[in-house]
Amino acid sequence: MANQLKCVSCGKPATVHFTQILNNKVHKVDLCEACAQEKGLTTLAGFELPLDLFPPKATSEPTAAAPESGLTLRCEKCGFTEADFKKTGRFGCPHCYETFKQMLGPMLDGMHKGTAHTGKVPRHAAARKEYHDRLSQLELTLASAIKDERYEDAARYRDEIAQVKQTYGKQEAAS
Amino acid sequence: MTFGSLIATPSDLTDTASSKCAIVMMTRIRLARNLASHRFPGRASPDERAEIRAACQQTINNLPLMQPAYDLAISDLTELQKQILVERHLISRELSASPDGAAAMISNDHTCSVMINEEDHLRIQFLRAGFQLKKTWAAINAFDTAIEDTLEYAFSPTLGYLTACPTNVGTGLRASAMMHLPALVIGGHMEKVVRAVNQLGIVVRGQFGEGSDASGSIFQISNQTTLGESEEQIIKRLSAVLSSIVEHELNARARLIENDSSKLFDKIGRAYGILQNAHLLTSSEAMNLLSLVRLGIDLGIFPDSGRPLVDRLFIESQPGHIQNNAGQAQIEPALRDTLRAAQTRAAFADFAPPNFIPAIEEPPSEPDAAPSQN
Ligand SMILES: [Zn+2]
Ligand SMILES: [Zn+2]
Repeated sequence: MANQLKCVSCGKPATVHFTQILNNKVHKVDLCEACAQEKGLTTLAGFELPLDLFPPKATSEPTAAAPESGLTLRCEKCGFTEADFKKTGRFGCPHCYETFKQMLGPMLDGMHKGTAHTGKVPRHAAARKEYHDRLSQLELTLASAIKDERYEDAARYRDEIAQVKQTYGKQEAAS
Repeated sequence: MTFGSLIATPSDLTDTASSKCAIVMMTRIRLARNLASHRFPGRASPDERAEIRAACQQTINNLPLMQPAYDLAISDLTELQKQILVERHLISRELSASPDGAAAMISNDHTCSVMINEEDHLRIQFLRAGFQLKKTWAAINAFDTAIEDTLEYAFSPTLGYLTACPTNVGTGLRASAMMHLPALVIGGHMEKVVRAVNQLGIVVRGQFGEGSDASGSIFQISNQTTLGESEEQIIKRLSAVLSSIVEHELNARARLIENDSSKLFDKIGRAYGILQNAHLLTSSEAMNLLSLVRLGIDLGIFPDSGRPLVDRLFIESQPGHIQNNAGQAQIEPALRDTLRAAQTRAAFADFAPPNFIPAIEEPPSEPDAAPSQN
């Protein structure tokens, strides 16, 4: 029974385990059944991970907290800030994934099996993905052709890139 | 269709459970999806939430599976109605507490429920009785693809489906099974199982938990990660873990019968007696007693035909259902315990008496051999 996980709340053996993100860090939370219940984590709905297992220690005025540096990330689409994310563990809109890319990387690493999606791709996105894949592949071949001073090949790839951009670009604009 | 007819409609999950559901009672898969052009519900204004609901509604109403469907605005439901939907796994507690624009669209047979404006714009959920991960995935996958024909999902080629919480990003898929594991609980093996399973990225949660950890011995077991693996890989991994837990449960049952049969039969016999005669039953006591009778059915002590009744009582013994059956808005917990006992007495009045010559479900292969997997 070495290395047995203990309930963070009462120290008894833990049987319920959760993961949550807070302050940019992944926390693994282990609880015994009784404490999990007390915190409402064993309800029938139980699909979702609760947020407030680790309430921020110093709950000072959230609005009064001045950014440490002058640079606070803010999503241009929804206005969400880094502080909003740290407080809620949720993003404000799909674009936030772009805005907070930097802090997201290491977080996803600790949270998931990998950092890149390998599953289902929606049909309309499939066309776009194909386009981007094709484009980046051509750009790589172009770069290596230039490096090897194969200028005829390079010219051919450049034309191809232009062509791909033209055909798919129209589709993208239309959708 | 109204809420009243929803409660009255028999569902596959409560009425036609069969022996295939012995240990894995129910399979559930949900997909988290968001519209590309809107803020997530937590950030959206009431107006935007209404827009999101309208867009989703229109698309979903056109799908064949949803004709007809229940289309329920959460704000139109009473607290009791919401509680009943939660007890039936049709909506989450979070949705039931959501303000403007939150809605649930539920298929006529209750196997598909789409939550709108929960944490994500869409939480699509498919439920099936028994162990049916692959079939459930096939069904929900087709449904999701049909939605995507008209709604543009927030999707990134590198991160997959974008969700409000990064714990769901990627596939947005949470697959889970409700498992009835009484012998692992009685034998004190659950902790060990939970620990082993956690290392494989699978989470175990107590289910129907109102009293102790053993309440009903029902557990919800699901994948924790959603990014870096395909849907099929996630399902395959979970499926392997579930099969192995089923095997452990069967072994634990065989061991109880070999070493401790009087104790086990005593528990089951007493459970039957109490369910038939009690006048006060708390929800958690009812769960535990029902669990023992269910184990008795699996062991051949009671006829298989009793299973649907027991499975229905697991749902209908919960507070919301008791209150609803009583037809009163508010009942004291003590009265609820009386009503619960009355309901159980009536249900067990004609239940076949136990026959304590159990048939072991499957002989365990090499009972004491060292486990080959690690
Ligand atoms: Zn504890
Ligand atoms: Zn944003």
